[in-house]
Amino acid sequence: MNAPVAALKTEAEQGLATAFAAAAPGLPGGAAVAAARAAAFDAFAQAGLPHRRLEAWKYTDLRRLMRDAKPLAPPPEAAAKAEAATAGAVIAGLGFRRLVVVDGVFAPDLSDLADLEPGLAIASLADQLAADAPLLPAAFADVLPAAEPAVTLNGALVRGGVVLTVAPGAVVARPLHLAFITTGTAPVAVYSRSLLTLGAGAKLSLIETHEGPEGVDYQVSAVLGLDVGDGASLDHVKITREGSAALHVASLIASVGAAATLTTCGFTLGGAVVRNQAFVRLKGAGTNATLSGVSLLAGRQHADATLMLTHAAPGSTSREVFKAVVDGAARAAFQGKIAVEQAAQQTDARMMARALLLSEEAEAYSKPELEIFADDVQCGHGATTGTLDDQLKFYLMARGIPAKEAEALLIQAFVGEVIDGIAQEGLREALTAATVAWLEARDA
Amino acid sequence: MTALLEIRDLKAEVAGRQILNGLSLTVNKGEIHAIMGPNGAGKSTLSYVLAGKPGYEITGGEVLLNGEDLFAMAADERAAKGLFLAFQYPLEIPGVATLTFLRAALNAQRRKRGEEELSSPDLMKRVRELSKKLGIDPDMLRRPLNVGFSGGEKKRNETLQMALLEPLLCVLDETDSGLDIDALKVVANGVNQLRAPERGMIVITHYQRLLDYIVPDVVHVLAAGRIVETGGKDLALQLEATGYAQYQGEAA
Ligand SMILES: Nc1ncnc2c1ncn2[C@@H]1O[C@H](COP(=O)(O)OP(=O)(O)O)[C@@H](O)[C@H]1O
Ligand SMILES: [Mg+2]
Repeated sequence: MNAPVAALKTEAEQGLATAFAAAAPGLPGGAAVAAARAAAFDAFAQAGLPHRRLEAWKYTDLRRLMRDAKPLAPPPEAAAKAEAATAGAVIAGLGFRRLVVVDGVFAPDLSDLADLEPGLAIASLADQLAADAPLLPAAFADVLPAAEPAVTLNGALVRGGVVLTVAPGAVVARPLHLAFITTGTAPVAVYSRSLLTLGAGAKLSLIETHEGPEGVDYQVSAVLGLDVGDGASLDHVKITREGSAALHVASLIASVGAAATLTTCGFTLGGAVVRNQAFVRLKGAGTNATLSGVSLLAGRQHADATLMLTHAAPGSTSREVFKAVVDGAARAAFQGKIAVEQAAQQTDARMMARALLLSEEAEAYSKPELEIFADDVQCGHGATTGTLDDQLKFYLMARGIPAKEAEALLIQAFVGEVIDGIAQEGLREALTAATVAWLEARDA
Repeated sequence: MTALLEIRDLKAEVAGRQILNGLSLTVNKGEIHAIMGPNGAGKSTLSYVLAGKPGYEITGGEVLLNGEDLFAMAADERAAKGLFLAFQYPLEIPGVATLTFLRAALNAQRRKRGEEELSSPDLMKRVRELSKKLGIDPDMLRRPLNVGFSGGEKKRNETLQMALLEPLLCVLDETDSGLDIDALKVVANGVNQLRAPERGMIVITHYQRLLDYIVPDVVHVLAAGRIVETGGKDLALQLEATGYAQYQGEAA
């Protein structure tokens, strides 16, 4: 390995080079994976951390926001696993099948692997890499932009994750819950990657939760690849509740077949800096995609939802709704690009971004974009940023509802539009409760 | 005996323009006062100033509710002390179910008065009874507050809120506007059932018609931000015949 360290200028970039050099020999993978990791790190090193002059990272300048690189978390020992026993408590009790990923490593011993439904297979990414499986399956090759920095760096440093396979036609009744947790009190870096292959006509609900220690400035890089087959149906929810000082960069990569249904919703509450980027390619005709997100931000939090959705085949419909509630001196950013390729006639795509500012210092940026190469399409986008409606608040107060409670009702209503789109009732209730708790913390 | 509401020489501005020009009015418990007047006289302004809507500046005078300084209280406290404004134009609140709103309002008032919250079943029972009386489809209670409601449905909903919250002073701002005669009778009937010795009402209307159904004890004419005439219920009939032209000259 011969990394061009000269290109890496910042302390964090140099730290990443050091971390890679130190960790590489111990990371899972045969010779082919080791070579792919080295190539990935080289590619990352050429460009360095993404910064604001790159259009896709305009609002989340990692070169500035990531001050240093933390050492890679070691494989979890007993203490880490004990701490991980409660991972995903935010949706506990809903009867989902919980699969725990501790410090980037799938922990079968903490996971519920009993009575797997026919057609459902669960494996460890680390095991597969050890057998020299590719870092990224071929299905995703045309979904990602070339040398996408976050995914590239993740490939170099990934320690593990879960690999899910659902056989064609299999309907997995019990939702899967991927519970990611970072443990300990020392700031570490955690790189995980999970992959799902959903066979033709198969059906699955997949919920991710991400959490970690409060006040510790750990760093998380998570990649999730979703390969959704023809006629398959996937319902995905990601709940990001990292500790208050954490940096969290997540990349969703989805390849979607024909006549499929993809619903994905991101719910972000915690973390100092959160970047949720999604790359979605609707490859088959007649597919239905609903992509949504909610961020509840306070203090000095920064959250960025970036979406690159490509309609590559005719007759697909997509709906995007992203909402942010921004309090304190927090900052929300939304970037959404819908690209409609020439082949994708009769595309129906609509994107909306709304931000609600609760304080003078709160900020929201949004940049919705359409790039259309087909002529027979219906596409639209809109963005609004505003404050709570004083008239509505007065109406509620005139009925005896105190100011804070009136605001809370209006904020819940604002967020409710997205939560209402989630299929499982239990999950809707959990997210509503999380919203209420966030609002109560705001009053405290 | 302390008056329920005492307005003394009230002056108020909105957007830098003086709308209320020294308005005085006293409402005692058990009384129903009608306020009539031409469009633009300041009737809605008076109701908003009483309810505490932001954007109105009080430039003179005072208002006492049961002897307490009304302007020292936030809008929600005024409501908890028994003031209720039935809006001329009730607002639509997407995403807040009507029942959720009713529960929040009633329980917030009860908490503020140091009373126990009403349990959900008790609230449901109470709301269902009142809805039935007011001809409100129970399905409406699950819909977002006022969203997509017809004008009549909105006014019935205001009346439902009033009946549920049992205020001491009801201010009805043009509750008759947008209602057909049948709806008017239902709403008026709802209002009449709230008549009580401890309760007072101010019924604001442009037309005499409503006063056939809600019979007032006192009728006032509000013109150019002031009460310019006060009489018995016959005054309303007289106004119906003569119109408000005679008062237009009162403008400052
Ligand atoms: N927000 C406002 N800004 C400016 N002028 C207002 C505002 N609200 C009311 N007004 C003016 O105040 C006067 C009284 O209005 P209003 O109280 O609604 O009258 P009424 O209810 O008697 O018809 C009108 O001339 C109206 O144009
Ligand atoms: Mg009016």
